[in-house]
Amino acid sequence: MISWAGLVAQLTEIVLAVLLAPVLLGWVNQCRAWLQNKSGPGILQPYRTLRKLFAKEAVLAHTASPLFRATPYVLFACMCLAAAIVPTLGTDLPFSPAADAIALVGIFALARVFISLAAMDIGTAFGTLGARREMMVGFLAEPALLMVLFTASLISHSTSLATIVERLAHMKFVIYPSLAFAGVAFTMVSLAENARIPVDNPSTHLELTMIHEAMVLEYSGRHLALIEWSAALKLFVYSCIGIALFFPFGIAEGGDALGLLLALPALAAKLAVGGFAMAVIETLSAKMRIFRAPEFLGTAFLLAVLAMLIHLLLEG
Amino acid sequence: MPGALHLILSVILLWLALGLVGVFFPRNLRLVSRILFPAGALGALLVASAALEALGGDPRTLVLPLGLPDLPFHLRLDALSAFFLLLLGAVTAGISVFASGYFRQGEGTAPGLQCLYYHVFIASMAMVLLADDAYAFMVFWETMALSSYFLVTSDHTKAEIRRAGFLYLLIAHVGAIGILLCFGLLHGTGDYTFDTMRKVQLAPFWATVAFGLALFGFGAKAGMLPLHVWLPEAHPAAPSPVSALMSAVMLKTAIYGLLRVLFDLLHMQVWWWGVVILVLGLATALYGVIFSAVQTDMKRLLAYSSIENIGFILVGIGLAVTFQAYGMRALAALALTAALYHSINHAFFKSLLFLATGSVLHATHERALGKLGGLMHRMPWVAWLALVGTLAIAGLPPLNGFVSEWLLLQAFLFSPNLPHAYLNMLVPVAAAAVVLAAALAGYVMVKFYGVVFLGQPREPGLATAHDAGIWERVGLIWLAAGCIALGVAPVAVIGVIDAVSGQLLGNTLGANASGWMFLTPISAERASYAPFLFLIVILFVWFLTWLAVRQYYHGGVRRAPPWDCGFPAQTARMQDTAEGFGQPIRQVFEPFFRMQRELPTPFDAEPRYRVTVDDHLWHWLYLPMVRVTELLTRVVTLLQRGRISVYLTYSFVTLLILLLFVK
Amino acid sequence: MHLPMISQIINLLAAILLLLSFAMLTQRRILSLINLFALQGFTLTLSTLVVAWSTGQHHLYYSAALTFVLKVLLLPWILHRLIRKLNVKWDVETLINIPTTMLVGIALVILAFNVALPISQLAGTIAKSTLGIALACVLLAFLTMITRSKAVPQVIGFLAMENGLVFAATSATYGMPMVVEFGIALDVMVGMVILGVFFFQIRERFESLDIRHLEKLKEE
Repeated sequence: MISWAGLVAQLTEIVLAVLLAPVLLGWVNQCRAWLQNKSGPGILQPYRTLRKLFAKEAVLAHTASPLFRATPYVLFACMCLAAAIVPTLGTDLPFSPAADAIALVGIFALARVFISLAAMDIGTAFGTLGARREMMVGFLAEPALLMVLFTASLISHSTSLATIVERLAHMKFVIYPSLAFAGVAFTMVSLAENARIPVDNPSTHLELTMIHEAMVLEYSGRHLALIEWSAALKLFVYSCIGIALFFPFGIAEGGDALGLLLALPALAAKLAVGGFAMAVIETLSAKMRIFRAPEFLGTAFLLAVLAMLIHLLLEG
Repeated sequence: MPGALHLILSVILLWLALGLVGVFFPRNLRLVSRILFPAGALGALLVASAALEALGGDPRTLVLPLGLPDLPFHLRLDALSAFFLLLLGAVTAGISVFASGYFRQGEGTAPGLQCLYYHVFIASMAMVLLADDAYAFMVFWETMALSSYFLVTSDHTKAEIRRAGFLYLLIAHVGAIGILLCFGLLHGTGDYTFDTMRKVQLAPFWATVAFGLALFGFGAKAGMLPLHVWLPEAHPAAPSPVSALMSAVMLKTAIYGLLRVLFDLLHMQVWWWGVVILVLGLATALYGVIFSAVQTDMKRLLAYSSIENIGFILVGIGLAVTFQAYGMRALAALALTAALYHSINHAFFKSLLFLATGSVLHATHERALGKLGGLMHRMPWVAWLALVGTLAIAGLPPLNGFVSEWLLLQAFLFSPNLPHAYLNMLVPVAAAAVVLAAALAGYVMVKFYGVVFLGQPREPGLATAHDAGIWERVGLIWLAAGCIALGVAPVAVIGVIDAVSGQLLGNTLGANASGWMFLTPISAERASYAPFLFLIVILFVWFLTWLAVRQYYHGGVRRAPPWDCGFPAQTARMQDTAEGFGQPIRQVFEPFFRMQRELPTPFDAEPRYRVTVDDHLWHWLYLPMVRVTELLTRVVTLLQRGRISVYLTYSFVTLLILLLFVK
Repeated sequence: MHLPMISQIINLLAAILLLLSFAMLTQRRILSLINLFALQGFTLTLSTLVVAWSTGQHHLYYSAALTFVLKVLLLPWILHRLIRKLNVKWDVETLINIPTTMLVGIALVILAFNVALPISQLAGTIAKSTLGIALACVLLAFLTMITRSKAVPQVIGFLAMENGLVFAATSATYGMPMVVEFGIALDVMVGMVILGVFFFQIRERFESLDIRHLEKLKEE
């Protein structure tokens, strides 16, 4: 059942995801800088940040418990597992029976719960503020993502991500309107979950406007490096989910080496376009008030439900 | 030779004997806690193993020479009873061990009497699960309600606890009337044994009435909307082991009763019954979780969370009924498996959490979330074990809560082939509601765990909190191990549940085609989940990363005060309170709550903020009924004159009427 | 199920129409509302053109041209001028509770789909499965009218309702007779003129276009 080619493909995908996720983050930031007429720090800036942070000493508050110290590792492990099951280069993944689409959302939920608990661990007002806001964004974003994945599952009659991608890729000339709705909903959810404008400003330094940053305020040194890397991985995984669901052309079926080699530039091109689109959306929108965020996400959730309804009406 | 049934009966007798011993030595704490409760725990383990063995075999029956002259107690141990007995035994073992270390002198009722009520309670629950005729069922149902009433009002010196017990007993009896009427309808014209009921064919109208009565009666005990009002009062009022027992096991006996009536005694399913149960289950789940998000008392929060989980179980049962009515047996088996799996999951993680709150209560004497905090440093055992429970109840992989949610969602995803168009449209909306409730449950549990165990202590008195004793730890470890085991080995558990679905529906899920590690309900391509692999990968990556970081960089850590943004005077009270953490839910779901707020003005010398969140249903449904009842009683009071001649006149008039009409 | 390409394009345009109806339901700014309305008109034109091209019914070409001129060019231009004259161009409306409105919207969509199902099975056109969506658009536009408290968005809701009706006609019966089309177009134009006059009157009387002020006119 497990072929060598599949195993190699799997390991390549994980290593590629882990090593190249900061490049995607750097590319998005660079595009934002260009759109704002600045010259930008370069695509490789996140690597320099990570190197700097790993070399620094980790400072912990007096009130930190072992949960606080363990969370960065748990987060990183969750994101690696997510990268392992999302088909980025090929669909022959030995790990894909370990978790399907619902479990993928469960992985993100696990990461979110751990980081929220770690934020509450220190016991300052900022940590609990961040935790509360993150859970508020999460309790609507998670159902919306799940509904988007359900729409894809209903179309392809499976919840296993590899099977979904395979079946969606073969339906080349069939346009699914439900996927259009689901695509809009997915964009809104990924903006919220990855802490992008219009939901959260990733480069703010004002604590009262933070959602994601407020949770990691107390982290430093190697812990902060791991958390930043996990955030970059999360963005990478979300982009790959979007590509796998809505633009699955070019992903290799089965484990042939040529297919995988061709899939690599296809992936790079799609990620480049996706990153640029995200930078454009971020530049054109303004960050919304924190209590508009539930409305924003509620709209995404209801759009995803509508996508399922349209699938049952028009395509059933 | 029906060995398993006899074993269970002898354990029940043992429990009654333990209770009696407790009556004779009411104030002897050492006897009660060192000998009686651990013996009870051992008995519970025996019950669990006997039930596990009985799941594989045929139903065994027994007739006890007790009861009425022409209606002795019939007992029956089949797959459905055995599953719930397994649940009862496994969870009670952990709770009894905890209770050995928990019950203290001087908290209302004497320990020996509590031992009596406790063991009578679990004995009567076991007998309810074994009963095979209506009379035995009702006798033991009432005993269960009565013994739990005495347990709930253990601390009977406080008025609010007495009031909570009264409300509980009232609604339990209202439900029991419903169940009694249902049995009355079901038996047709024969005797009251379940065997007779199985053979009776009811007309569709009467079958629907019986269904409605059963739903009403068992729903009242399970905490279904709108009969849930007793749950948030009774569970916090009881001592923690009792709350755990009630939440984990007693609510499941109501689920058992509903399953028994629907699938076994009525043995027919109509599709719209399933829709009614589904809708009620969804409403219950959403209502429960929204209310639990705004609570400020930790046990009330867990009580509302129990309401939410019962809602999930009802959703699974509703789906199973609808699928079975349309003849989709495989899907019905999937939905029923999800419901039963969630029952046993809830039993384990809810009792774990309730027992953890018991330890916290003993250590700090505080139930309000606003006065707790930072207990992870003072009570590490309780905190880490409660973390397992929190992650499980939030439905996070690889623990057990996620598996039952996964199965339920798979049942939804398979279903859009129903003949009725409206039902097909209902499915995505129902799936959305389930997913929303599950996400909100995560929110609630982060609030619960974070406010109680993490952060800094909000009161100076918390510095003297002590960790749980050895008995309590063993009980908590047993339940946490159960959560992990149920989460990591779902295929084995489904093998156990298959016996039940086989008996009730005639179809099983039995899909171990991919081996013990992969859970593939229908086929491997369709959906697959391997929690063991999941856990291994996460632990492996964690270890690898830790090693790599240590190797290439360094592992140094320096301690410093937390970030204060330039404000040096940070106190522990500046953390989020329970009200604060629940504020986004209060704002988003405002129409559901009945809120009263007291806001301070800028001119107050001692500013105070208070918000109370009440249940709308209490004011719309229950208070009007109370008023109507009072009105009726006032009318009837007119008959009560207080003079003897009036009462004699009543008797005289009755005699005259009888003489006239009975000629 | 592999439908022919044309049907899929029409389904996609129908879905976009529904998406725009939902967007109009939850939009706070008047300017964006007018732009969404113009976009909806454009989508309608495209779908009419596609149906016309695939079935060869020439009068649908005229219908599409009429829709384009009226709904994409003329009416939005009139509305832009109107809001500039009335000084409500940058108005932002306080919509109460967007999630509840959207939930009611979804319930309406389910209702519309179910009502339209038996009818669409009888129709013999190429776009019969979109009848449910057309009905849903009409209902959502009605909901938009109900939940608004300013006058101009209410009128836009009314116009969007007419969009939905035209789409229903195209999808179920290949459009209406030309006479009826012209009649409806004339009605809409006249209606706009009269409403424009009313807006000026309301603003003169109450100094604002908030229709809740109209409640003051009732007898006490």
